[in-house]
Amino acid sequence: MSKNPIGPGTPDPLDFLNIDDELSVDERLLRDTVRQFVGDRILPNVAEWFEEGSIPKELGKEMGALGMLGMHLDGYGCAGMSAVDYGLACLELEAGDSGTRSFVSVQGSLAMFPIWAYGSEEQKQQWLPGMAAGDLLGCFGLTEPDSGSDPGSMRTNARKDGDDWVLNGAKMWITNGSIADVAVVWAQTDEGIRGFVVPTDTSGFSTQDIHHKLSLRASVTSELILEDVRLPADAVLPGVAGLKGPLSCLSEARYGILWGAVGAARACYEAALDYSTSREQFGGPIGGYQLTQRKLVEMMVAVNRGLLVALHIGRKKDAGTLTASQISFGKFDNVRMALEVAREARGILGANGITLEYPVIRHMNNLESVITYEGTNEIHTLILGQAITGINAFS
Amino acid sequence: MKIVVCVKQIPDPASPYQLDPESYFVVRPNDQVLDDTDRYGVEVALQLSDELGEDASVTLLSMSPGGSQQGIRQALAMGADGAILIEDETLRGADALTTSQILAAAATRAEADLLIAGTESTDGYTGVVPQQVAEIMGVPALTFARKVEHVDGKLRIERQTQAGYDVVEGALPAVLSVTSGVVEPRYPTFKGIMQAKSKPVETLTAADLGVTAKVSQKIVSVEEVEGRQAGDIIEDDGEGYLRIIEKLEEVKVV
Repeated sequence: MSKNPIGPGTPDPLDFLNIDDELSVDERLLRDTVRQFVGDRILPNVAEWFEEGSIPKELGKEMGALGMLGMHLDGYGCAGMSAVDYGLACLELEAGDSGTRSFVSVQGSLAMFPIWAYGSEEQKQQWLPGMAAGDLLGCFGLTEPDSGSDPGSMRTNARKDGDDWVLNGAKMWITNGSIADVAVVWAQTDEGIRGFVVPTDTSGFSTQDIHHKLSLRASVTSELILEDVRLPADAVLPGVAGLKGPLSCLSEARYGILWGAVGAARACYEAALDYSTSREQFGGPIGGYQLTQRKLVEMMVAVNRGLLVALHIGRKKDAGTLTASQISFGKFDNVRMALEVAREARGILGANGITLEYPVIRHMNNLESVITYEGTNEIHTLILGQAITGINAFS
Repeated sequence: MKIVVCVKQIPDPASPYQLDPESYFVVRPNDQVLDDTDRYGVEVALQLSDELGEDASVTLLSMSPGGSQQGIRQALAMGADGAILIEDETLRGADALTTSQILAAAATRAEADLLIAGTESTDGYTGVVPQQVAEIMGVPALTFARKVEHVDGKLRIERQTQAGYDVVEGALPAVLSVTSGVVEPRYPTFKGIMQAKSKPVETLTAADLGVTAKVSQKIVSVEEVEGRQAGDIIEDDGEGYLRIIEKLEEVKVV
C-alpha cells in the first residue's frame, strides 16, 4: 500500500491532472500574463480579423513591448526566457488563434533565431533589437512553389558577382511576407544552401499576398519574388551552410507549435464543455447524454496528454537533452490530436459550430494549416519512422 | 517620494472558495494570486513614480501569514522596486483593525510618503482598512479616487460618489484608496518577470513592527445567502415605460 492515501475531491475540469502544479510561480505568472493579453487583445477581435482576412501590424509592437518576440533568445533586447516559458506563451497565443501564434513563431523562431544563431555581430546588432521590440518584422523564405517537404530541391539561387551576391527565385507560403521589413531567404550557392538577410526594400524583391485562404485567415501569407536581388557580401549568414541551417530553425518553430496546438485544442474543448452543459435538448443539457460525454472525455484526456507531452519536451529542451526527432513526436501527435479535438468540438456545437460566434471552426480550419506547415504530419511520421528503425524512408 | 502600495494575495477567484468548518476562515492555498483590485493601486503608484523620476520608489506591502509570494511577484513584475511581506502565523484570521495596525506600523517603518490601497479586497470586502490605516497613522485619507494627480507636492483626486465626484486635495504623507476605474493596469513584461526574481522582499513579523496581534473578532456562524428572487416582469401595453420609471424612482436611481 502506498504511503500517501488517494484523496477525495473532483479535479478542475479545465486542468484535470493539475498540471499547473508542475509549473513554477514565474511560469504561471508568464502564462497568466499571455492569457490576459489574449483575452484583452486577441479574442475580442480575432473573429473579425479572420472574416476580413487580416491581422493588424501594430499587434507586433504590443507583443514586442511585452517581450514575446524572440523571447527565448538571449541578449539584443530579447527577454531570455526558458523553453517552457516560450512554450506556455505559444499555447496561450494559439488558444486565441493559430494566426497569432504563427506571427510570434515566425518572428522569433524563424526570422530572429537564424540571425541570432548564425548571424554576424553586425547583423545581430542591426536587426535583433528592432525585431524584439516589434518595430521590425521578419519572415522566413524556405518553401517554394515546387519545393515543400523536400527543401533540398529548391531552385532559388544566389551567385557571386564580384563581392556581391545576386539572388533569383521565388518563395511560397511565407507568413508575414508582405508586412516584413527583413526576410531570411535560403538559396542554393556553390557552397551549398546558404541563408541571406534581405531587407525587403531591396531592389528586385517583391511580394504577392495569397488570397482565398480558408485557414489561417488572421495571418498574412505571401509569395516572395526575387529578381536579380543584389546584396552586399555581408548579407549572407556566416555561421551556417547546408540544409541544417533552415532545418534548425524549423526545429525551433516546431517546438513552439507542439505547445501551440495544445492551446487550440484546449480552446475547442472548453467551448464544447461550456456549450454542452448549457445547451438543452430533449429536456436536459446535451452534456448529460452518453454520446456527448464520451466525446468530452476523449477531448479532455487528449488535451491533458498533449500538455504533458509538451511540458516533458520543454523540460528536456531546457535541460539541453532534447533531440529533433523528439520535437517531431510532439508536432506529429499534438497537432493531429488538436485537429481531432477541434472536429469533435465542431460537432458538439451543432450548427453553432460553423459560425465565427464560437471559436471551434476557426481553430479547426487553422489546424489544417498547422498540420501541414513546419513539416507535414507525413514527414514527421517518417522522421519518427527513421528514428526507430534506422531506415530512412525519404530516399 | 516613497510610495508604498498595499497588495493582498488571495485564493484564485476562479476556483471555488472553501471555509474552514471550525474557524470559518477562508482556506488559503500555498500559492495565492494578486487581488485584481490591487493592480490599479500598483499602476497608480508606478505612474506617479514614472512622473517623479529617480526621486520616487514603489514598495509593495502585503500581509500574508502563509508566506505566499506569487501575487507579490506579479506586482513586482509590473515594475515595483521591492516588497515588504508580513509573514506571521499569529496574524492568521486577523480582523480588519489588526490588519490596519500592522499595515500602518509597516508603512511608518518604511517612511512612506504615500500609502496606496484598493477600496476593498475581493475575498474579505470589509472596505475599512484604508481609512483605519490613515487614522492610525494620523494622516489624511483620500478615498475612492477615480482620478489621481500630484500637484505642487499635494495630491488631488476625484472621489467617486453616488451622485458624481468630489475634488479632494490632501497634503502628503497620506493614504490613498483607488477604485478600479482609475487607470488601466499594465501587463507584467517578460523582462519584468525575470527581474522580479531578484528584487528585494523583506520579510517581517508582527513583533518586528512592535505590534501584538490581538484578534478580537470571531466568526460565530456562517449562513447561506438567500437565493435571488425572480424579477418583476412588466408586460408592455404601450405604457410599460411608465412602470419602469416608477421602479427606477422606487430604487432612487432617477
